[in-house]
Amino acid sequence: MNSTSWKEPSIAAIVAILAASVPLVFDAYWLSVSVTAMMYIALSTSWALFSGPTHYISLATGAFFGIGGYLVGTGMSDYNLSFWLMAAIAPIVATILAALIGLATLRLSGVYFVIFTLGLAEMIRNLVSWIQNNFLGSRGLYVLTDFTESHIYWMLLIIACCVYLLGWLVNRSRLGFALRIIGNDESVAKHVGINTAMSKVILFMTTGFFAALVGAVIAPRYTYIEPNQVFSPELSFLVVIMALLGGAGRLWGPLVGVIPFTLIWEFVSIQAPNSTTLFLGLVFLLIVYVLPHGFVGRIDQINKKLKERSH
Amino acid sequence: MRQTGSVLSVNGVTKRFGGLVAVDNLSFDVAEHEVMGIIGPNGSGKTTMMNMISGSFKPTAGAISMKGARISDLPAQEIARRGVGRTFQLVRLLPSLSVLENVVAGAVFGHRKRWGRDAEDQAHRMLERVGLEAMAYAPISALTYIDQKRLELARVLAGEPEILLLDEWLAGLNPTEMETGIELIHDLRREGRTIILVEHVMDAIRSLCDRCVVMSSGAKIAEGTPEDVLSDREVIRAYLGDDDA
Ligand SMILES: Nc1ncnc2c1ncn2[C@@H]1O[C@H](COP(=O)(O)OP(=O)(O)OP(=O)(O)O)[C@@H](O)[C@H]1O
Ligand SMILES: [Mg+2]
Repeated sequence: MNSTSWKEPSIAAIVAILAASVPLVFDAYWLSVSVTAMMYIALSTSWALFSGPTHYISLATGAFFGIGGYLVGTGMSDYNLSFWLMAAIAPIVATILAALIGLATLRLSGVYFVIFTLGLAEMIRNLVSWIQNNFLGSRGLYVLTDFTESHIYWMLLIIACCVYLLGWLVNRSRLGFALRIIGNDESVAKHVGINTAMSKVILFMTTGFFAALVGAVIAPRYTYIEPNQVFSPELSFLVVIMALLGGAGRLWGPLVGVIPFTLIWEFVSIQAPNSTTLFLGLVFLLIVYVLPHGFVGRIDQINKKLKERSH
Repeated sequence: MRQTGSVLSVNGVTKRFGGLVAVDNLSFDVAEHEVMGIIGPNGSGKTTMMNMISGSFKPTAGAISMKGARISDLPAQEIARRGVGRTFQLVRLLPSLSVLENVVAGAVFGHRKRWGRDAEDQAHRMLERVGLEAMAYAPISALTYIDQKRLELARVLAGEPEILLLDEWLAGLNPTEMETGIELIHDLRREGRTIILVEHVMDAIRSLCDRCVVMSSGAKIAEGTPEDVLSDREVIRAYLGDDDA
């Protein structure tokens, strides 16, 4: 390996240490904003691991996230199981579900895949609500732990670091290279010997795994959980928009989108709570018309121009 | 019956698209080190036949086997891993990858799996082989048409295929490029490769092919050496229409 390939991980390590000190410096309000931001960093980055290279837009994040929160809730409330046990089971369940969804849908082309994942997420939400209302008593679930916001923040940070580490390893592996080829031309990918279905399913499973893990870890923050709330489709859209805003083509792209987005989102939610959807729409237009490859794409473009000029 | 020394046999293969019979009960064998041409008028089913060998399409009926083992029910990536490499009639490159990475793509997953330095060295050798080494670090958008064709060929060669499928690799080249192109395929032939090529350029067919299969409306109407088939009455009729025969 050459020196440049070590530069990124070194910077990442420094950033991670700085991020870890956030609960020590920030007050309660800013810590709460940071928890939200860290949650979206983990979700958007793991989403982009799959969707970045393949260009398959998945709107199933909310479903996996919901499985995480719901399993922790029902496990602790209804069966008296420990948080840790449920937080370990939830991502496994989501990974298996992602494998099944992947096998069934990744043969579909772009638009059909998007719609299918959205429909599927809604179906899971309704199914869980229905089971909850009809068989388990129509009540919410309590997630009572001793965790403080700081604990939740640090757990999310560890998850985010794992996502980055995984992404870094995948980008250097045959699998990562295979996904880039698939994103360019799936037919060529097959004819150079890539098992396209398998490659896509594996990466899709990792996004399911991490979304459920994040959903499980953040559940104690809400204390009281309702299926309708944790399976929110809004979350799926937010994850996609933040990842695209930053740029899904680079590992650190989503991070660059999540931070400004959560700050502005926070501001808008407080100042004009009814305008959040409008804000979402505006960001979406911004991505489509001005930043098709996100902030990262813009930065790369500017770098390239500067290089050409200096030649 | 399988001839000894035949690496690929096509047995009674048919492909239907709805009501259209694109390939009609076609059979032929390709021996090791042989260059086999598939010729025929536009729409006669040549590309469809190539697509079935490479695994893009499954035959509606019949079987294709490689060295005695049936490959026609395998997915394309499995056929590629067994050593069938192909170019596409309309060049297909990987636009967001560099020239070198395009060739590395062929070396990494194919027939012999290489990785890292090994794959890059192989890619450089293949670029040199097709005369494109100078462009190794250029973006795809900087390539001329013949260079795109060269790049696609380099990608396929990087996987060290045992059988090479070239679908109108010479089409669209100007006369000077054509000469370079024919020379390149001649080199591959001299290396003793097994090649199946689809071409419309008769000079290329005469100088490159050991044997030819002539297709018309999906069916085989002649098979033999280029001289024999190109003087065959039925072949002339297929190409020029009924009146001239
Ligand atoms: N995917 C497809 N779906 C439906 N019909 C197809 C498909 N592919 C090919 N065909 C039809 O099958 C027939 C044979 O096409 P094919 O491309 O194999 O011909 P060809 O001999 O390669 O022609 P050309 O010399 O123009 O390349 C044509 O009538 C074509 O329209
Ligand atoms: Mg054709």
